[in-house]
Amino acid sequence: MGQQAETELAALPLDAWHRARGARMVPFAGYAMPVHYSGPSGGIVAEHEWTRHHAALFDVSHMGQLFVSGEDAEAALEALLPIDLSTLELGALRYSLLLDDDGGILDDLIVARWRQGFFIVVNGATRHADIDHMRERLPGGVVLEHFEDRALFALQGPAAFAALDRHTSGQWPLSALTFMRGGPFEVGGVEAWISRSGYTGEDGFEISIPATEVEPIADLLCAEPEVRPAGLGARDSLRLEAGLPLYGHDLDTAIDPVSARLAWAIARRRREQGGFPGYARIAAVLAEGPARRRVGLSLDGRLPAREGAAVFAGEAEVGRVTSGGFSPTLGHPIAMAYVDAAHAAPGTPLAIEVRGRRLDAAVVPLPFVPHRYRRQGAAT
Amino acid sequence: MTRYFTAEHEWIDADGDTATVGITDHAQSQLGDIVFIEVPKPGVVLAKGGEAAVVESVKAASDVYSPIGGTVTEGNTAIEDDPALVNADAEGAGWFFKLTIADTGELDGLMDEAAYRDFVDSLA
Repeated sequence: MGQQAETELAALPLDAWHRARGARMVPFAGYAMPVHYSGPSGGIVAEHEWTRHHAALFDVSHMGQLFVSGEDAEAALEALLPIDLSTLELGALRYSLLLDDDGGILDDLIVARWRQGFFIVVNGATRHADIDHMRERLPGGVVLEHFEDRALFALQGPAAFAALDRHTSGQWPLSALTFMRGGPFEVGGVEAWISRSGYTGEDGFEISIPATEVEPIADLLCAEPEVRPAGLGARDSLRLEAGLPLYGHDLDTAIDPVSARLAWAIARRRREQGGFPGYARIAAVLAEGPARRRVGLSLDGRLPAREGAAVFAGEAEVGRVTSGGFSPTLGHPIAMAYVDAAHAAPGTPLAIEVRGRRLDAAVVPLPFVPHRYRRQGAAT
Repeated sequence: MTRYFTAEHEWIDADGDTATVGITDHAQSQLGDIVFIEVPKPGVVLAKGGEAAVVESVKAASDVYSPIGGTVTEGNTAIEDDPALVNADAEGAGWFFKLTIADTGELDGLMDEAAYRDFVDSLA
């Protein structure tokens, strides 16, 4: 249980709505946030399973919504991120990493190209540090705005499209969006930026709307039979099953993108040309291979291994768990860990120390549960 | 038989020098979905306040401490096989262990049901 006094915490725009639905509020990223809701359909496992089978509304308004514009914005962002923006089309989204000068990860984020600039969504806990870091380094003429007057919802699950489609209008049908594409729409008559994206491994959408409109839009979406609200607890177990790293746990400044198995987020042109922070170190890790790697671990039994648990190969300690828990979908515990590269191949038997005993585990491919994104060109 | 409660959200059914111990419905609701439980084996001697059982929910790990000292006569293996039983019926079928009480004087000062419910209300 968090002990931080609630008076020190900022309230989400939807705070009263969460509390009225019996949410247990916990401190997260400086906000009081719903970890799960009460009632017969509440609880982390019920919300997790509802998301996998129907659709869940997550309030992710703690995340930072930034906008970078100006004549040299594209080059300025490429100086901070290992991204190739020349191939990012209007309305397209791409995952990238904010890197420090040693190639350590300051944050992971999503960049979308808008007509007048770049819309960037960053993690809630790191948003202020990200803004300071970027403003210090952006040249004059490139402006970074923080959209503090906007809220962000994630509607996730196989029924998310059907539920949202009933309330969406715009220049294009909602079906025009495929995974990692976005555009301007209206939801329930409210101006919204909608992208087909999320962090649960399911098909779904992220919806940015004015903070003043959150209650009617949350009510509108949760009135759909497919949609229930879900909290941070389910969001964490869903993203863990989807093999997606969580900043501050699976990623931090001591970890480079290659060790984190995120080398795919370093664009080919940028690998060849460099010109982003930490390039020298990252090029060396790419050439030589990382000393340790992020892996998925599947555990026998029912006892979960949590962040910080030591990982062993025989008697040798070869790594640490960075996030772990019980997988509702698989019915057994799973974890992500960094282990020495020699022990990172799928199938490698390892052991995790929990409460003084060694639990048998095996390295498995990520994701633990297959992604079900609606990609461009895929059958609908 | 008398049911006692502790500020650590355990309940104790005491009948002479034998007792059954579990966690309260409030405790299970705070823990959320329980995925793993380990109960003490028969013969284990527990001190009052000593670590007696392990509970892991999807949220967190927590220890269950023995509210009184004594010797374990039975652990509820049904909840090890099906931890959700504690979420469903914490103050009944979801009991944790039975023990022979070393000193029934340790029951003095524990709360009765009404006092415990008031205590829980005061936490809200």
